[in-house]
Amino acid sequence: MPSHRLRGALFLAPLVLYIAVFFGYPLATNVGMSFREYTAASFYTGEAPFTGLDNYARLLGDPLFAKTLGNTVLFTVGSLAFQFGIGLALAVFFQRRFPLNGVLRSLLLVPWLLPLVVSGTVWRWIYDQEYGVLNQALLGLSGAVERLTGWAPLGGEGIAWLSSTDMALTSVVIANVWVGIPFNMVILYGGLQNIPRHLYEAAELDGAGPWQRFRHITWPLLRPVTAVVLMLGLVYTLKVFDVIMVLTNGGPANASHTLTTWSYQISFTELDFGTGAAAGNVLILIALVFALVYLRSGRTADEGGAR
Amino acid sequence: MTTARSARTTVAALLIVGVLLFPLYWMVNASLQPSSALLETPPRLLPLGGTLDGYTEALSGQGGALLNSTIVAAGTVLLTLAVAVPAAYALSRFSLPGGRAVLFALLLVQMIPGIVMANSLYAVMNTTGILNTYAAMILADSTLAVPFAVLILRAFMVTIPRALTEAAEVDGAGPLRVLVSIILPVSRNAVITSGLFAFLFAWADFLFAVTLNKDDAMQPVTVAIYRFIGAHTADWNGVMATGVIASVPAAVLLVVAQRYVAAGVTGGALKD
Repeated sequence: MPSHRLRGALFLAPLVLYIAVFFGYPLATNVGMSFREYTAASFYTGEAPFTGLDNYARLLGDPLFAKTLGNTVLFTVGSLAFQFGIGLALAVFFQRRFPLNGVLRSLLLVPWLLPLVVSGTVWRWIYDQEYGVLNQALLGLSGAVERLTGWAPLGGEGIAWLSSTDMALTSVVIANVWVGIPFNMVILYGGLQNIPRHLYEAAELDGAGPWQRFRHITWPLLRPVTAVVLMLGLVYTLKVFDVIMVLTNGGPANASHTLTTWSYQISFTELDFGTGAAAGNVLILIALVFALVYLRSGRTADEGGAR
Repeated sequence: MTTARSARTTVAALLIVGVLLFPLYWMVNASLQPSSALLETPPRLLPLGGTLDGYTEALSGQGGALLNSTIVAAGTVLLTLAVAVPAAYALSRFSLPGGRAVLFALLLVQMIPGIVMANSLYAVMNTTGILNTYAAMILADSTLAVPFAVLILRAFMVTIPRALTEAAEVDGAGPLRVLVSIILPVSRNAVITSGLFAFLFAWADFLFAVTLNKDDAMQPVTVAIYRFIGAHTADWNGVMATGVIASVPAAVLLVVAQRYVAAGVTGGALKD
């Protein structure tokens, strides 16, 4: 029935138009901007001379590029490793049957639902050098150790979580891990639920211990879900903006800038929109590579009959 | 498993949840203490003899920002559902050529970093002259919600049995009628879920609000908090009270739609 299909297409038309206007056109504009000298003045005069690859050359030649790229890698790998590890441990733990299991599991979702600006603000208060609860607790512990051994691990000084160039990136990663644990836990828990119970029962009859059951049943059967969680986590982590901005604004001395926050700074603080667009395109390229890997791995998972 | 063992597991689970949710407790705790009490050593672990001043201050000082967030989030819900419901209907009930391509595009655009969207939307919205309006923020925030909503709604609508709509079609009902009187009522929960998530995405947005709006009178609560901690670092009581209020929609979502939230975490992400 061609006319039936045609009427169906009418319902899809707004979405297709929406994708073209709100994703297609802006992205094309972004690519165009990256080849032009696009400054704040360009928005008023309409003049943005074509400069070819100058923006990209300036971006890659900037000593900050290597630094933010390195930060991005550390931030992403650190966040993913701990989010996934802790999320998986929690998912396995909540496989057990016990009272309040469901309620506690949904309570763990709260950090994921909170606006990231709020989470960032809470962590900023926790990290506060003088009055933050983290330093107060650590100093208390350090004092106790001193009374016992005469040696104070912290030397009476709180750690400068956010204002030292050595600590800032680590502090940001810790906060981001906290934000990401629920997402990892929920998806991995769902994956665990799909593993047939009888496999565990059979393994138990054969005398397999908890670690062997995890190693030979859970881990291999969870692999498709693991791939999905890690790929999505990677794409989401590359996007992280709010947490870093609220905690450190990328500082001190650019110590916690990632490509995302640096790209924001180039465009919206330095008002060099052309180079900001180029930085964004580099970020897209990285995300795209991993997106394609994800979509491929998703396909193999589908073909394998698992989800 | 014996009762004693499962009780011990519950205790362990309570401890785990307690540690992971401690930052939230610490926010609520600080929101109920006068700022001077927050600068004491050791910190007060319980807000005994607390104050509601932070909340009064937040509501009087940030009331406008909370209203702005509500307007932007509500607008985003309406726009998102207006685009996503018909599209999900088309993608689930009609085997359209290019349908797969559209689904693929929706998965792909979710991976575009927000800063790239902000940079390019800034340029486009500057040309069209809609920067610094509610519309700018609503349109930008909808880009977070539309792909997600279409995927969730389609995944649900695919499961509605054909037989349910065929009877109406035989009676001569057109596609619009089928959508309004059969598909929508059956999909109520999926529509509510995607609407709630659209609300939450827009409510939590910081990036688009900080880049596409420079008008203080229209700034949402996320930007207000960001500017507030930049300016008054000592007033943690007021900041934390604002944070608690800004978290209310998330809490409501968890209570109202608890069982859909877990589905929502995976719904837009995993393909069916």
